[in-house]
Amino acid sequence: MAAEPATKALGHEEMTAVIAEGHSFETVTDKISKISLTPTLPRQIILFGLIGLMLMGALMTSVAMLVVKGTGVWGINQPIGWGFAIINFVWWIGIGHAGTLISAILFLFRQEWRTSINRFAESMTIFAVMCAGLFPLLHVGRPWLAYWLFPYPNVMQMWPQFRSPLMWDVFAVSTYFSVSLLFWYTGLIPDLATLRDRAKSKLARIGYGMASMGWRGSARHWQRYEVAYLLLAGLSTPLVISVHSIVSLDFAVSVIPGWHTTIFPPYFVAGAIFSGFAMVLTLAIPVRHLFGLKDLITLNHLNNISKVMLATGLMVLYGYGMEVFFAWYSGNQYEGYMMFKNRMTGPYWWSYWALIFCNGVVPQLLWIKKIRITPLPLFVISIVINIGMWLERFVIVVTSLHRDFLPSSWGMYAPTKWDWGLYLGTIGMFMFLMTLFIKFLPIISQFEVRELLHKKKHANGHHE
Amino acid sequence: MNNQNTPESIREALKEMGPEQGGRALWRSLEELSRREDFGERLVAQAPGLAAEWDPVNRRDFLRLMGASLALGGLTSCTRQPREKIIPYVDPPENVIPGKPLFFATAIPVDGYGVGVLAESHMGRPTKLDGNELHPSSRGGTDAYLQAAILNLYDPDRAQIIQQRGRPSEWNGFVQAVSTALTAAPDGDGVRILSGNTSSPSLIALMEEFLAAYPKAQWHTFDPINRDALYAGTTLAYGKALDPVYAFDRADVVLALDADFMAQGPGHLRYARDFATRRDVGQGAMNRLYAVESSVTVTGASADHRYAMTPDQVEAFARAVAAELGLSIQADVSGLDAALVHAVAEDLKAHPGKALVVVGEHRSPELQALAFAMNEALGARGTTLDLVPSALARPGKSMASLAALSGDMLAGKVSLLVMLDSNPVYHAPAELQFPEALRKVALVVHQGHAEDETARLSHWNIPSTHALEAWGDVKGHDGSVSIIQPLIEPLYAGKSAIEVMSALLGRPQANAYDVVHDYWLAQLGDAGEKGWRRAVHDGVLKDTASAPVSDPLAWADTGRGEPAVEHGAIDLSILPDPGLHDGSYANNGWLQELPKPHTTLTWDNALLISEETAVALGIRTGDKVEVGGEAGQVTVPVLVTVGIPMGGAVLHLGHGRKAAGRIGNDIGVAIQMLQRVNAPYRAAVTVAKTGSGHEFALTQTSHTMAGRHHVRTGTVADYHENPKFVDGFDEFKGKPVPSIYPAFDYTKRPQWGMVIDLSTCIGCNACVTACQAENNTPVVGKDQVARGRELHWIRIDRYYEGNAADAEVHHQPVTCMHCENAPCEAVCPVGATVHSRDGLNQMVYNRCVGTRYCSNNCPYKVRRFNFYKFADHTTPSLKLQRNPDVTVRSRGVMEKCTFCIQRISEARIKARLKDRPIADGEVITACQQACPTQAITFGDLLDPESAVARKAASPLKYSLLKELSTEPRVTYLAKVRNPNPALKSAGAVMEAHGHGG
Repeated sequence: MAAEPATKALGHEEMTAVIAEGHSFETVTDKISKISLTPTLPRQIILFGLIGLMLMGALMTSVAMLVVKGTGVWGINQPIGWGFAIINFVWWIGIGHAGTLISAILFLFRQEWRTSINRFAESMTIFAVMCAGLFPLLHVGRPWLAYWLFPYPNVMQMWPQFRSPLMWDVFAVSTYFSVSLLFWYTGLIPDLATLRDRAKSKLARIGYGMASMGWRGSARHWQRYEVAYLLLAGLSTPLVISVHSIVSLDFAVSVIPGWHTTIFPPYFVAGAIFSGFAMVLTLAIPVRHLFGLKDLITLNHLNNISKVMLATGLMVLYGYGMEVFFAWYSGNQYEGYMMFKNRMTGPYWWSYWALIFCNGVVPQLLWIKKIRITPLPLFVISIVINIGMWLERFVIVVTSLHRDFLPSSWGMYAPTKWDWGLYLGTIGMFMFLMTLFIKFLPIISQFEVRELLHKKKHANGHHE
Repeated sequence: MNNQNTPESIREALKEMGPEQGGRALWRSLEELSRREDFGERLVAQAPGLAAEWDPVNRRDFLRLMGASLALGGLTSCTRQPREKIIPYVDPPENVIPGKPLFFATAIPVDGYGVGVLAESHMGRPTKLDGNELHPSSRGGTDAYLQAAILNLYDPDRAQIIQQRGRPSEWNGFVQAVSTALTAAPDGDGVRILSGNTSSPSLIALMEEFLAAYPKAQWHTFDPINRDALYAGTTLAYGKALDPVYAFDRADVVLALDADFMAQGPGHLRYARDFATRRDVGQGAMNRLYAVESSVTVTGASADHRYAMTPDQVEAFARAVAAELGLSIQADVSGLDAALVHAVAEDLKAHPGKALVVVGEHRSPELQALAFAMNEALGARGTTLDLVPSALARPGKSMASLAALSGDMLAGKVSLLVMLDSNPVYHAPAELQFPEALRKVALVVHQGHAEDETARLSHWNIPSTHALEAWGDVKGHDGSVSIIQPLIEPLYAGKSAIEVMSALLGRPQANAYDVVHDYWLAQLGDAGEKGWRRAVHDGVLKDTASAPVSDPLAWADTGRGEPAVEHGAIDLSILPDPGLHDGSYANNGWLQELPKPHTTLTWDNALLISEETAVALGIRTGDKVEVGGEAGQVTVPVLVTVGIPMGGAVLHLGHGRKAAGRIGNDIGVAIQMLQRVNAPYRAAVTVAKTGSGHEFALTQTSHTMAGRHHVRTGTVADYHENPKFVDGFDEFKGKPVPSIYPAFDYTKRPQWGMVIDLSTCIGCNACVTACQAENNTPVVGKDQVARGRELHWIRIDRYYEGNAADAEVHHQPVTCMHCENAPCEAVCPVGATVHSRDGLNQMVYNRCVGTRYCSNNCPYKVRRFNFYKFADHTTPSLKLQRNPDVTVRSRGVMEKCTFCIQRISEARIKARLKDRPIADGEVITACQQACPTQAITFGDLLDPESAVARKAASPLKYSLLKELSTEPRVTYLAKVRNPNPALKSAGAVMEAHGHGG
């Protein structure tokens, strides 16, 4: 990406295009299928995958340690009962949000520019939710009994406790995952059929053939497909709002100052989209560079993504502002202490101010158009936002718990190597799954790009 | 001694057994080595732990035998019946009903004096100790030591077998060895007995018999925590050794001079209780306590006025007050607050016959004597102070006695030394060179609880019995006699001191029961067997308190007792540890993990100094410093503590044990290097930074309440102005917050509740250990405490108020509040914490998956999580201690205070069987039962006649964090103090000093 001169003068066409000139149905299909059907991968991607695999080793070790020895291997304690596990859970879930937003909401709003990034973002969602899902499962004291959180008929005649936000979480996250998976898979079917048809090796033909579920591209198929996709988009749309709202209720429902805040649901959703789009950028910028997809993921895409980030970033900043305002305006001494004496100036002051810097200050650079269309600074900003959003969850989880009501119980939190092992391990898992996705599945929705091309042609001269 | 077969110990043992020195007797293989004739014997000598596994039976024999027994086993059916004959009860033991505990009165000796206890026994195994209300030294209260004494019984590291030079031996062998030694010294020349000082009449009788039989033998008594200074003081004042007996319930004004009378010394439980009876502002006039102290103690924390002074200043202050009281004394008042001295003296003078001056027993004889003179001047004698003949056999020179013994040993004058229940190698001041002296004695016999430091240097080791294992007798602080009755056969081959002494007297088969029984039958005269049975049953022999003596005061000022500490030196006080006492409790995990009052330090000792001193010395908490005294130096970590005087410092004894057991070894630092024989509890020291650091495990690191009102305090004046002054502290005017959930029905009786009176709570920690004993709470270890994972269900919160030097200390016991609107219950996804109809917040361990959300959402942070499998499921002896009525929790589940639901259930079952409601006082929680000051009241809040309902009706009642509308069932009574109006209030809210975190 460094090779691309940031100062290059761009024509209007280049800026607004969602697909570069000169593409035909054939070239689009060729270009995208080639990635999956070529036996080799760029060295950088292989390295990326290998690092992922290595980190997965750390994941396995950390999980084994946790299950064999106990939750005590982590840095959590009294009073900080939740630490990295919940921070990472919320972080990953938030990252997932961009995928759903891009594929569902932008689909319903007929935002054409979503087409070349939606597959990518959806996969990211699936993998992020998989990473996220590990944490609530593992963070309980007796992970082998985590299934008790599901309502199922049992001889103990026990039933979950529906007043608990953790219970709502179980439903929110599992629904979210199921719908996202279905949505993703449904969208993949026509492209899998294309790969089946183009695959040279027998194994690939069988594999893609089975996965494409007999898709022949008949008009009836397409008709059913369109209906299903629209319905799933409709189903997913409320999930974008609901999942993180419910995750935020894990905190908002409690009595702890710093958690007990009504602004949390919208603020969490905005934060989720913010971090999700940042992650899309973090992944898309290198990929478009490595696979020469700059004509499909254009600067226009980057520009649009940046705009969404800027907008949601401002919402998040508003949320931070409101937290401060509430703390002061409520006159509640616990809230006031939490904000002014603990978060801002307490032992974890650095995390709060780093968060404000990452999520409040740095995104303001996106007001500058030149930055919005220059991949390198955008990449850096996206990383900063990813860190900032992680810090936001750290601030919420740790600083709220470490000094609540009775000073006698105040404590400090420090993650252990197993906390880091699990966190980096899920990052590794994400990287590895991403690599597999890049290798085996079309990373851009071929048929949708073709459709876009078709529409563009119509717009340029034909009429229906 | 380490009985474990670690690879190191085995290697060490084999190394020791290698080629003979000087020779070239090489061995090529371990097999060859093991064929050497004396292998077994040497193995026993070198590694007794390993020896247990060494048996001349070889592997092939073993397999053959195993095969045969397996075959035999196979011949029987599949049911696994014991191979031994089992005999069913034809006549079951009286009163033993499986599942029903029995209670027996007995007594536990501490430093020679006994405290009466009721021991709970489940199917023949004692599980818990609680106070005996009939006993004058406690009136039913206990302290952490007594609560933890039960764990000593089951200590897996106890000495278990009689050993001769590390080899297993037997009683007869020992008897033969000593009788040979005694025969060699028919007049007892060179025969010495060393024991702790004792008040046991039957043991004293045996001692006297022995000394009569061997006239040249000598009996030395030594206790590391002793009353030497007190007896020297009474000798100065009255010409003889006397035990003071205080009546704090009759004292209106008390001046405590470095006296921790509520937590240390004989009778402290009684004193705490008596003192507390005068702390209820609603009932009668409150007393007033001035505490002038160089350390931080629970007594100081309970005082109405507490002043931090160095030992020097305390003495100067005492002399100044004495002068104002009209004693003929040369008082140097320079450097003292004259107004304070005057105010205190006036206050004392204004209460003739109702005032009392007490001095810490570790302070100088002159100060002790001065206090008696002051008490006489105040008319305290006969009202608030009685003097009785000392209950101890050898009142007086504990340290001097040990020094004499040590000197004689070094001089080679001792041929047989018998040490009964003492560990002088650890306890003796280092300057006595006791270990070297021991090497010069031909035959050293040691009887002790563990294979301790002394055992390692002794020829014969006899395991001693625990007080719950053997018959005995002991006197309380006022001379009242208690019979110690055993609840269980000795777990190991233990012998009591009485039995060892009988053996020395040529009666090796005498059992302690006969000795004690015969002694008391003779003493009881007419009462006879019936009187004996009564005494055993009650736990105290009626009317045996010593009669006060009438010796007149014969005191003249002899000047200051201890030389003033030179300018620049640190005035160090060496005190018994609030948890480990003198170190004999070092292997007791409960006490190691018990947060010490004030500092909340666990698993450690530290040099406590004030912030000013620390700044002056350029050191901070966690720095390791070299403390150098006249006798030697030690390297200890520093813990900056609020309430220590500028220029003063405190170190606690009892740490740094080398052979206490697996729990207590190498915890903290031994400071015997600093003790002098003539001044064991005080030293002028230099403190120098070493540059290295240390991590403490503190359970509370924040100092202030951060401007909140968790502990609400007021003065008597505040109370009289507005009895409901506590309401003024309410946030949001105490308005309740609406709930979206339907209200729970709390109208059916009983509805359990607890009221904790902060005016009487002294923060002594007895409740914490009592809870631990009752509820099978495991210890988690230093590392886990440092991580904030201690499991105590009740904790004592500590807050400071006022300026750092004279800060007022508040203690607040916090248990699960059993909120009516419990925040924990709503957030548990699996319903593992629920409410019961009688108002308990219950924790269902089996259902808990461990999300920890309940703990996060608990505003009181009283829930405790099993981050690991903390409970010891494997050590057999510890299993015996467990309360069978309480679940032993495993890993990954949350736990917390249950209001002792097992006791509630028992009372409910009892009441249901008789179809009656549960009576008030029928359910007593473990913390309530232990509390020496009865600060905790528990019962049915809906019963208007119940003690708890009456307490809850007090205007002083408030709820912790009422503004959250959790409606806690545990409520507090505000801490009311009775400061002297003549002194400006000490208690301006201290905010600047807060450095929590």
